[in-house]
Amino acid sequence: MSSQSDVRFTDFKSDKQPTWCPGCGDFGTMNGMMKALANTGNDPDNTFLVAGIGCSGKIGTYMHAYALHGVHGRALPVATGVKMARPDIEVMAAGGDGDGYSIGAGHFVHAVRRNVDMTYVVMDNRIYGLTKGQASPTSRSDFETSTTPEGPQQPPVNPLALALASGATFIAQSFASDALRHAEIIEEAIEHDGFGFVNVFSPCVTFNDVDTYDYFRDSLVDLKEDSHDRHDLEAAKDVILDSDKEYQGVMYQNENSVPYHEQHGVTENMAEIPDGAPENAMDLVREFY
Amino acid sequence: MTEDLNWAIGGEAGDGIDSTGKIFAQALSRAGRHVFTSKDFASRIRGGYTAYKIRTSTDRVQSVVDRLDILVALTQRTIDENLDELHEGSAVIYDGERSWEAEIPDEITAVDVPLKTLAEEAGGAIMLNVVALGAACELTGFDVEYLDESLEKRFGGKGSKIVENNREAARKGRDYVRENYDLELGYDLETTDNDYVLLNGDEAIGMGALAAGCRFYAGYPITPATNVMEYLTGRIEHYGGHVVQAEDELSAINMALGAARAGARSMTATSGPGIDLMAETFGLVATSETPLVIVDVMRSGPSTGMPTKQEQGDLNMTLYGGHGEIPRFVVAPTTIAECFWKTVEAFNYAEKYQTPVYVVADLALAVTEQTFAPETFDMDAVEVDRGKLLEDEDVETWLDEQGRFRAHAATDDGVSPRAIPGMTDGAHMSTGLEHDELGRRTEDTDVRVEQVDKRNRKVETARAEEDWDYREFGNENADNLVISWGSNEGALVEALEYLEDDGVDVRVVSVPYIFPRPDLTDDVTDAENVIVVECNATGQFADVIEHDTLTRVDRINKYTGVRFKADELADAIAAKISAEAPAQ
Ligand SMILES: Cc1ncc(C[n+]2csc(CCOP(=O)(O)OP(=O)(O)O)c2C)c(N)n1
Ligand code: SF4
Repeated sequence: MSSQSDVRFTDFKSDKQPTWCPGCGDFGTMNGMMKALANTGNDPDNTFLVAGIGCSGKIGTYMHAYALHGVHGRALPVATGVKMARPDIEVMAAGGDGDGYSIGAGHFVHAVRRNVDMTYVVMDNRIYGLTKGQASPTSRSDFETSTTPEGPQQPPVNPLALALASGATFIAQSFASDALRHAEIIEEAIEHDGFGFVNVFSPCVTFNDVDTYDYFRDSLVDLKEDSHDRHDLEAAKDVILDSDKEYQGVMYQNENSVPYHEQHGVTENMAEIPDGAPENAMDLVREFY
Repeated sequence: MTEDLNWAIGGEAGDGIDSTGKIFAQALSRAGRHVFTSKDFASRIRGGYTAYKIRTSTDRVQSVVDRLDILVALTQRTIDENLDELHEGSAVIYDGERSWEAEIPDEITAVDVPLKTLAEEAGGAIMLNVVALGAACELTGFDVEYLDESLEKRFGGKGSKIVENNREAARKGRDYVRENYDLELGYDLETTDNDYVLLNGDEAIGMGALAAGCRFYAGYPITPATNVMEYLTGRIEHYGGHVVQAEDELSAINMALGAARAGARSMTATSGPGIDLMAETFGLVATSETPLVIVDVMRSGPSTGMPTKQEQGDLNMTLYGGHGEIPRFVVAPTTIAECFWKTVEAFNYAEKYQTPVYVVADLALAVTEQTFAPETFDMDAVEVDRGKLLEDEDVETWLDEQGRFRAHAATDDGVSPRAIPGMTDGAHMSTGLEHDELGRRTEDTDVRVEQVDKRNRKVETARAEEDWDYREFGNENADNLVISWGSNEGALVEALEYLEDDGVDVRVVSVPYIFPRPDLTDDVTDAENVIVVECNATGQFADVIEHDTLTRVDRINKYTGVRFKADELADAIAAKISAEAPAQ
C-alpha cells in the first residue's frame, strides 16, 4: 500500500471518459472524492467504491478502485457487507437522490443507524437524470417534470433531517462546484469513525433549470466553524430544519461515534480462512449430543 | 413388543410443547436410540394447535408414519387431531384434574395423571410437561435418568435449583404411574451404547457454513429459514465472522454480495417470499461473477401461502428466476446430513465457478430433527476450494498492456482470476451492466456475446468436472423407477420395505442436484414405469425430467402442506404401477 505522499488524486481516475453531460455537477463531485481519498492516504488497492444506479452511479466506472456498480438503491447494503468483511478497507458509497432517498430510503435509515464506517456521497440534483427528467424525492413540490406536470405536490424529503432522525453521527452538505470546500468536507467524512454522510448539491444542467449552479451560488450559506458548533445537536437541528436556506458545511458530528464493526468486535479480515474445516470443528457436532 | 415407538405431545402454542418434545428426543438419542421428529405447528405464537412427534427405534428411522403409541394431550384438540393415528395399544396421558373431561375412545388406554398438582409439589405448575415426560418414561420402560442430562441442557442456564426441580417433577410423574396403574402396554425401550447427535436441517446448513469457512451472513427473519440465522448468531463470532440482521431481503443479499466481493465466504438464507425480493440482485451476483451461497428453505407458496407448512414449490423460481438469462447452480439436499454436506459443496462451487449457488431445502428438512452418528459430519473430510482466488504476486499475470486487471477475462473454462481488495494492482470495476474483460460497461455486440458465452461456459466446465450424482435405493434392475428430490427420500426408502412386502419391485433415485443435474435419460427410457414424487401441485421436477429425457413420466404430487408418509407413498406408488400395468 502506498503512503500518503506518493498517491495522487489522478490515481483514482479510470481511463474511461465520463459520458456525463458537459457541465454536469457530477464531475466536480467526483474530483472532490478523488482528492479527498488521496489526501487521506488511501490508494485504489485499499479502497472499495460502491455505486448506485443513475447518472450519479456511473461514478463507479470513472473512478479507479475496487468497485461495484450495483442495482438501483442498494449501494449501502453492499458497502456494509464490504466493510464488515474487511475492516481494513476504506469504503465509499455513492449515488443519486432518487437512488438513495427513494428506492434506497429504507437502507439509508438503517445504514445510518448502524453507523457503518464508510463515506456516503449523494449527488443531489433534485431530479432523475438518467431516466430523463422525472421528479425525485428532493424535487420541489411545484417542480414541473414529465411525470409531474403540476409538480409533485408533496414536500421534498429533507435528507439531512432523515439522517438526524436516524441517529447519524456525521451529517454534512457540500456544493460540487465549490471545489476546495467540497473536497475538504468529503475528507472529513472519510476521517470520521462511522457513517460519514455528505449530501452534495450536484446540478443537472440538462433537466433541472431551477436548482442550478447560479441558484446554489447565490443562496448557499457556509457554516463556518467559528459560527457553528458541529458537536451541538441543537445547533445542528436548527440549520438542518431551516427550510429557508441552503447550507454548506458539517452540520453535525458526534464525538463519541463508535462504528458498527467495532461495536460488534469485528476486527478480522474475513477473506482469510483455513483450507479445511476450522480446528476443533468437531465441537460444533458434539454440541448436538 | 415393538421396537418402534411413536410418541407425541400436543397442546396450545405457547405451552412449551417444542422444548418438552426436544428434551425427550435428546434423552432418547443419548440412550443410543434413533430418533426422527416432526412438528405440527400453526402460524401463530400463542393459541393454535401444536404438536411435537417423535418416532424412535434402535434402527435408523427417517420418516413419519400414521401411528401414535403414546400421546401426551394437554388439550382435547390434541386427542381429536390424532384420533386416527391412535390404535388399541395406544395410551393417552392427560390431566383429569385440569378442568376438562378428556374424551378418549374406549379401546385406548387413558392414563390420568394429576400433572399440574405433581408439578406444583415439585416446585411449580410450569413443570407439568416434565411430569408427563416422567409418566411417559414409565409407560415405555425408559429410565427417567436419561432425561436428566437433557433437563440440565435445557434449564442449566437458569440455575441448579430449577434443574433439580425438573428432575424431581419427572420422577413424580414416573412414580405416580408406577403406583396407580398396572398396565401391560408392552413397550420396553431398549438402549444402546451409541451416542448420537440430534439436529435439524437448518442447523445442519448453519454448521456446514461454519465448516466451510463462511464468515459473513446477512438475513431477514422468515419461517422456516430463521433457524439458520439463529444458529450462526453466537457461533460465527468464534471464527471472526459476523451475522447482520438486515432491514429486508434486498439488503440481506446485497450485504452478502458486498462481503463476498471483499473476499469473504458469505451466505444468506430465506424462504420463498424473500427469494422473490432477492431476484434482482441475483442477476447482479451472476453478472459480477461473485461467489455467493443463497439458501432457500421452501415453505408453501405462492405469496405468503402457508408459512409453517411443507412444499417443494420453488424449484422453478430457483432454476429460472430473475430477468435475462442467469448461470447458476442449484443444489437440493435430500437428507438432514446432506444439508450439511451440500452447503459445504455450495461454497466450493460458488468460489470455483464464481456464481451464485442456491441451496434449496424444504421445510420438512429444516424443522425435522434426526439422529446421526457424529462421524456423519466428519470435519476432516471438509475441503475448502477457493478456486481462482489469486495470490498477491499472481495479480500481475492478469494485467492487460496498460496494467489494468482483467477481472472478467474470457478464459477457456469460463472462470476468471479473482482479485480482492488489498491486492496490489487488482483494483477493478464490476457491474450488473454488460461489461468487457475489465468490467467496464459495453454494448459492443461481440463483447456482449463473448461475456455471455464466458459466463455460461462455467456451467459446461462444471458439468464436466464435478460429479452430479444421485443416490439409489431398492432393486437396481427393477422396471419401476421412482425419482425424487428433496426431503421425500426418507419416506421413499421406508416405502420400499412396504412395497417389497407386497411384491412390488421398485428402484428409487434421489437427486440432490437440480442444476447442473445428472443425466437420467437412460434410466428413464430403460424403465417401464417412471414416477416422479414431489411436494407440489404441478410436478416441477417431473417437467424437468420430461424435458431432459423427452419421455412422459408419471407423477405423485402432494400439496396439502404435509410431508409424505412412508405408508402413504407405498400405496400411491403401488396404485400407479398397477394402473399402468397393461391389461392382460
Ligand atoms: C429497479 C429499478 N427501477 C428503475 C430503474 C430505472 N432508473 C435508473 S436510474 C433511476 C433514477 C436515478 O435518479 P437519481 O438517483 O436521482 O440519479 P441521477 O440520474 O439523477 O444522477 C431510475 C428510476 C432501475 N434501474 N432499476
Ligand atoms: S442528465 Fe443531468 S445528471 Fe445526468 S449527466 Fe446530464 S447533467 Fe448530469
